[in-house]
Amino acid sequence: MEVIVRVPGALRPDSGGEGRITVSFDAGSAPAPGEPGPVTLARVLDEVGARHPRLERRLRDERGDLRRYVNVFVDGEECRRLAGLATAVSDGAEVLVLPSVAGG
Amino acid sequence: MAVLLAIGTNKGLFLAHSDDRRQWELTGPHFVAGAEFPLTEVYALAIDTRPATPRLLAGFISSHFGPSVMTSDDLGKSWQEPERAPISFPADTGEKLARVWQLMPSPTEPEVVYAGVEPSALFRSTDGGLTYELVRGLWDHPHRPRWEPGGGGKAIHTVLPHPHDPQRLLVAMSTGGVYRSDDGGANWSASNAGIGAPFLPDEQPEYGHCIHKVARHPGRPEQCFAQVHPGVYRSDDDGRTWMSIAGGLPSDFGFPMVVHPHRPGVVFSFPLTADSHRFPPDARCRVYRSEDAGDSWDALSDGLPDEPFYGAVLRDAMCCDDADPAGVYFGTRSGEVYASPNEGDHWQQVAAHLPDVLCVRAAQIV
Repeated sequence: MEVIVRVPGALRPDSGGEGRITVSFDAGSAPAPGEPGPVTLARVLDEVGARHPRLERRLRDERGDLRRYVNVFVDGEECRRLAGLATAVSDGAEVLVLPSVAGG
Repeated sequence: MAVLLAIGTNKGLFLAHSDDRRQWELTGPHFVAGAEFPLTEVYALAIDTRPATPRLLAGFISSHFGPSVMTSDDLGKSWQEPERAPISFPADTGEKLARVWQLMPSPTEPEVVYAGVEPSALFRSTDGGLTYELVRGLWDHPHRPRWEPGGGGKAIHTVLPHPHDPQRLLVAMSTGGVYRSDDGGANWSASNAGIGAPFLPDEQPEYGHCIHKVARHPGRPEQCFAQVHPGVYRSDDDGRTWMSIAGGLPSDFGFPMVVHPHRPGVVFSFPLTADSHRFPPDARCRVYRSEDAGDSWDALSDGLPDEPFYGAVLRDAMCCDDADPAGVYFGTRSGEVYASPNEGDHWQQVAAHLPDVLCVRAAQIV
């Protein structure tokens, strides 16, 4: 299966200039220990991190928590309204990273 | 002589260059490494003058994308950051880095740089400040669960490697107090004898003090100076015991404490009225200088604003350069930066209307 991760302009220096990253998982890919389904948003970000470590740490802290002012939409819904990083991601899904409105 | 003045603000880095420390060319906001992050606080700066071309180190936090450390080997023209986080808490700690408060090159070990961070922890780099490891000896200290956040957060904001002995280190935190190590950071002792803590039931506790800044002179390393909340203190025994030197100041509250680069016993302070107002005394912008290790203090105001002044100077927003005569610099939360080319005798404005100034560092450059 494949998932498309879209990267905002501010983070493209950390993605090698890519605005669109395709993450592939083998069919029947085994879930990570303790995870409910075969592919979660956390696993997608793990794969992103394996390719672009600096990009991934802009999104999550060293405990693996999503940073407060980073919003990640899975097929149009912000992940915190779903199951957070445990949100199941299906084949062909779009993961959209957007900085939230914050600051002054 | 050419001097670089680095100014960290809550919205990026500004750099000022001067060939005579009177005319300044200001550039910025800089930041960083191709990523023009919004709202990038620059809380910690160091100019590492050990390499032939000084290395700039900046601890920053993006309000959106988190904290990190960047370095520049071309005096700020370009910045680099490793793929892996330069400073990261190991998984077993269960903590996450909130902010880098202090970056301090070691005066005795060429590639060593220390970082003091929030939550209170000390990190050590052996590659010139690119990547860091947690100093476990301090992290495992039995007092650590009792260290509490001050108003700015629970942070180690002061790291003072001994100028001659790499085994001896002093750190200070708010709150928690002063801690010393004599074995390279493996073991640490609270070192606050004589410092008051009127906000605690025991006003002379072993630890728990709200230290704002500690400084010491490389030429007289046993002598340390501390700005405390509240109190101004001196130690003549490498930070083991402390005595008040606040008598000649208009207030014993403030944040910075800066030693002269060449003249032991010369120290600079920017007092604020304690405890609830935190404005300069009498609403006058004045730096205080002592030339006798704090026994007496002189107000310095030549060239500083005459009108009522309400800006505060944060703990790392005052510094000296390494020139002779020494330059002295400070930045305010109201976005002004002042420089003195002659040890505080006369001041002039370098910049105004900047974002809040969080830290300044200055050094001669070739």
